[in-house]
Amino acid sequence: MKETRQGMTIIVKTITRLTVGLIFLYGIYIVLHGHLTPGGGFAGGVIMALAFIHLMIAFGKETALKKLSQAKAAFLENLGALMFLSVAALGFSGGYFFYNFIKKGMPFHLLSAGIIPLCNIAICLKVGAGLFSIFVTLLILNNTGRKK
Amino acid sequence: MNNFIPFFVIIPLGAAFLISLVGKLSRRLADFLATSGGFGLLALSFFTLWILNSRAGVVLVYKVGGWVPPIGICMAVDNLSSLMLSTVNTVSFLVLLYSLSYMEKYTDKWKFYTLFMLMLAGMNGIMVTGDLFNLFVFLEIASISSYALVAFGTEAEELEASFKYAVMGSLASSFVLLGIALLYSYTSTLNMADIGRTLAAHPAGLLLNFVAVLFLAGFGLKAALVPFHAWLPDAHPSAPAPISAMLSGVFIKVLGVYALSRVFFNILGVSQGVLFILLILGTVSMVAGAFLAIGQSDIKRMFAYSSVSQIGYIILAFGIGSPLAIFGGLFHLINHAFFKSLLFLNSGAIEYSAESRDLKKLGGLKEGMPFTAATGIVGSLAISGLPPLGGFFSKLIIILAAVQAGYLWLGLAAALVSILTLAYYLKFIGFAFLGKLPEGLAKIKEVPLAMRLAMLILAVACLASGLLVAPLFKSLLQSASDCLLLGTGYAERVFSAIR
Repeated sequence: MKETRQGMTIIVKTITRLTVGLIFLYGIYIVLHGHLTPGGGFAGGVIMALAFIHLMIAFGKETALKKLSQAKAAFLENLGALMFLSVAALGFSGGYFFYNFIKKGMPFHLLSAGIIPLCNIAICLKVGAGLFSIFVTLLILNNTGRKK
Repeated sequence: MNNFIPFFVIIPLGAAFLISLVGKLSRRLADFLATSGGFGLLALSFFTLWILNSRAGVVLVYKVGGWVPPIGICMAVDNLSSLMLSTVNTVSFLVLLYSLSYMEKYTDKWKFYTLFMLMLAGMNGIMVTGDLFNLFVFLEIASISSYALVAFGTEAEELEASFKYAVMGSLASSFVLLGIALLYSYTSTLNMADIGRTLAAHPAGLLLNFVAVLFLAGFGLKAALVPFHAWLPDAHPSAPAPISAMLSGVFIKVLGVYALSRVFFNILGVSQGVLFILLILGTVSMVAGAFLAIGQSDIKRMFAYSSVSQIGYIILAFGIGSPLAIFGGLFHLINHAFFKSLLFLNSGAIEYSAESRDLKKLGGLKEGMPFTAATGIVGSLAISGLPPLGGFFSKLIIILAAVQAGYLWLGLAAALVSILTLAYYLKFIGFAFLGKLPEGLAKIKEVPLAMRLAMLILAVACLASGLLVAPLFKSLLQSASDCLLLGTGYAERVFSAIR
């Protein structure tokens, strides 16, 4: 993260630099433990999107978009939706749409609950990338409005 | 063996996200994915119709994820849903065919397909689901994609219409959600059959009346019944023509009429009071819509008001509530799906070639666009109820049912509105197709092949839909209206299918 003239003061930038990774990591934790602790794909996805939005507010639009461009976000969003649909459709291997076809494992272990963690990851991609795209879109629309 | 039911949702959802993923790369690929998805749904819905037609009075129940209802979510397809599915998917496939050429003038055609497929997923989902909250979720999927589709041209007028539609639509969704929440708090279940069973065992009294009012307002807004119709004449004309055809042709029927009748007839159970309200709303919509349509000079706006009027006929028929009336209402619903989508496609063709949809600036189009003129005249005459086209029989059955049930005045009103309908469609035919071609339009050309093909098939459907009362096909409509007449017996039927 190079120093740029855009964005907020040095205090905010320094704090952001320290926290943004932790926020992202926390999002990943929430997603992966979705089937064990409160939270899940949606909450974790929102937190991960917030890490990027945080970056955008502190460092300006360009820095954040360099990390995750709009095209990439759109790709991830579609990937999430397709992944969710494929996991659900793979349930047909067990006889039913949305059937939990993976071994359930021991309760309260990280690798348990069958397809639920996979669904959480798919939801996190969809929600996170979607929220980020919405934020970027609003920002761009806002700027064009001001120029007039 | 019921494994095909979830594909009504899987196909359009999968197509939507695939198109969004790869549609940017190639225009042809997006075209191919959308049309093949539409064709797959068409084949699937006729397969369902065929299966169910051989076994009347059966509900196909699918347990999602293998969980047994009422704990798990189920999908339930009966004769009514399969008939509606066939109508919706036929119209949507033809509209997709039409969009192949029509949407070329817009940028980002793949975005259109994505939104279209999402809307279709929502509509199909509403018709196959057996769970009340699922119905709400699909309702929102369909509504939100339709808000975006109305604004697809991104002109100021379209954005305004879309905003108005979004506000009214969200209000309707909140009413429905509140109604579902109250029902859930009383019955502790969201499965439609289970709610019906619980309500039959423990009558809810006043709460049920309140819920009924919420649903009536919510679904009434989606169906654009008259006190709630203000968004429709703005939203439907602003959308691109294929979307207008979808919105007026099938969207308001699935989100409004189908959801309303399913919830009232099969879950809550109809009382005389509810039927009376439907009767009033239907009559007012029918009359007001027709009077408002006469004064319009914008073609699509006229058609939009005409939709309000025709939905009035359907709701009026449901309000009469006798077996004959419901038969006629469903018949009119299917007829209207065909001729209204045909008419909106015609208006799109006129806009495509003449670049105007103002009746005052048009005229003599039968010279340059004989094909559009011919199909447009068939559609107009069918909706006005000229024998032997489909619209004649459905209106006749509704009027007969009204007289039979003792509502002589309503029968008379329905007949008079039919004459008004003929009047404004003659105005459309006269101003658009007959008379002299204006100076600027001397070199007008007919629209491309895909658009002509879609209009031709819909025109044939308008001509042939009268056959639905013929003995050979009558069982389709009869078994569909029996599903509604069954009333709260729906619950028993679903639960016996699970066992």
